[in-house]
Amino acid sequence: MPNVTVEPSPPATRAARGLESPSRARKRRSGRTTTREFRGVVSPHTLTTRRGRVLYWTVLILVVTSFTAAFVFPLYWMITGALKSPEELAQIPPTFFPTAFDFGVYAEAWELLDLGLFLRNTVLYAGGAWLLTLAFDVSAAYALSKLRPVLGKLVLGLMLATLMIPPMVILLPAYLTAKELPILGWDLLNTPWAIWLPAVANGFFVFLLKRFFDSIPRELIEAAQIDGASPFRILWSIVLPVSRPILGVVSILSVINVWKDFIWPLLVLPDQEKMSISVGIASLSAQLPQNVLLAALVIASIPTIVVFFIFQRSIMAGLTAGSLKG
Amino acid sequence: MRRGLRRNLTAYGFLCGALICFAFFSWYPMVREVLLSFQKTNFVDEPTWVGWDNFLTVIEDSAFAGAWLNTVTFTGLALLVGFIVPFVAAIVLNELRHAQAYLRFVVYLPVMLPPAVVVLLFKWFYDPGSGLFNQALGVVGIPGLSWLDSTDTALISLVIVSTWMNLGTGTLIYLAALQSIPSDLYEAAELDGAGLFKRVWHVTIPQTRLILMVMLMLQIVATMQVFIEPYLLTGGGPENGTVTVAYLMYQYAFNFGNFGAGGALGLMLMLVLMVFSVFYLRLSREEQN
Repeated sequence: MPNVTVEPSPPATRAARGLESPSRARKRRSGRTTTREFRGVVSPHTLTTRRGRVLYWTVLILVVTSFTAAFVFPLYWMITGALKSPEELAQIPPTFFPTAFDFGVYAEAWELLDLGLFLRNTVLYAGGAWLLTLAFDVSAAYALSKLRPVLGKLVLGLMLATLMIPPMVILLPAYLTAKELPILGWDLLNTPWAIWLPAVANGFFVFLLKRFFDSIPRELIEAAQIDGASPFRILWSIVLPVSRPILGVVSILSVINVWKDFIWPLLVLPDQEKMSISVGIASLSAQLPQNVLLAALVIASIPTIVVFFIFQRSIMAGLTAGSLKG
Repeated sequence: MRRGLRRNLTAYGFLCGALICFAFFSWYPMVREVLLSFQKTNFVDEPTWVGWDNFLTVIEDSAFAGAWLNTVTFTGLALLVGFIVPFVAAIVLNELRHAQAYLRFVVYLPVMLPPAVVVLLFKWFYDPGSGLFNQALGVVGIPGLSWLDSTDTALISLVIVSTWMNLGTGTLIYLAALQSIPSDLYEAAELDGAGLFKRVWHVTIPQTRLILMVMLMLQIVATMQVFIEPYLLTGGGPENGTVTVAYLMYQYAFNFGNFGAGGALGLMLMLVLMVFSVFYLRLSREEQN
């Protein structure tokens, strides 16, 4: 029988052909994906043909240009727009490069809007929310996962049920609560607590943390218990050190949530002195020359872009974890 | 027995911080939302029960039907682009062996920016005179549009902003889902002579069906709560053309001081969104099994 194999030859590894993206190669080397060769819709064979390669490069160039035009160009336009004078901004056709690189407008925006104050406020809100979230949600998830108290299942169920409540629909009662805390009667408006306490009430964080803690082997905990370690000690020296990845994800998400939020700080921090950066800029935007406003927007964007640069991995991990919640 | 009690006390000691926060800012507001919509209150005197009055006030408001129509239209248009484009983008990205890290970074960049920044930036883009969009149209020789100032284009303008800043999420989630599709499925389809589009239709889509449905539900729930776009771009205008349900709710409470009517509207929105949330819950359970 002639040796006609119908089985496709194993696709040559991408790395060998130098086609593998560095990120994917790194992943595979660190053993995070299966050893199975990855492929998509397009057959690896097609890419070895001349026509296939031409097509591939055409698509690649098209995608890179269109993504750059769609997602980077608006940001370029914002950054350079800030450098143009109001007359230059109104000019038709527009100038692609600003005629003069006068960064003074950034300083002007900083002073005029008191951006330093808004930024400090936002750091305070995000930082406090982060610390409180870690303290309260981590210990709650630990209790629910490892200490398993009476009614623990019910508490967990009630916390997860909040995932089903769209935040917008409880906006008014939540605002009224912050305005006058039930029983205690405290007015939290214009205090950081109005941001911090609601930030902790995040069912998704509890879910993520508990699911991670559940995967920590019981033996590890029991061994420590036999050694007489207190529950707090076990949390601190056994659970937390192995939970770094999930703590990273929760940390970054909690900071981003507070940083990006608009409507809640708009309602609970009406004093201009207390405003977060988003609300502050928005509330003053109508009175500003266009270039100053743009400079303020650029300044407000920088922290988020820097954070994204540094913590890209955790952010993406949180994103895919998010799609599987429920 | 003793030890059990101690263990429980310790556990609730660990839980108390989170319990207080959930109680004040999730569970209690949930109950209060229902109470609010059946009461009339001026925050000085005791609130009085008014039955369905708040709901009647809301329904009889001339803006009511428009707000729902705007919200549904907004959601529909946002999904039309915001649901399909990320999936197609993910399929294409998944095939590329170059520039992946760059493309992922870039597509997610708008998601990272504070929404208020994006919305204010687009407000400038929409400016009929000095805005990017009309200038770009001018360069090609097409007369400019009035974007936010015309009832024909205002709602679509809001959709464009909202879609632009949210595309990245779906794209990256789909990309992760695509990478978990076993390659032998594609190989088998190829052996059966399936072309490119057939492979997408018969392998990619069935394999990602659940995540697609989950994302669809999530997106519906998220987009129907649209608020910041009308608040910052149009203030509901022109001619109430961009008043959404969430924005109307905000107006009742903070412009007209009628928290009862706002609460009633919020409750209606919640009931509608609950339908999708329940679907979402069932789907994501199914997905995990």
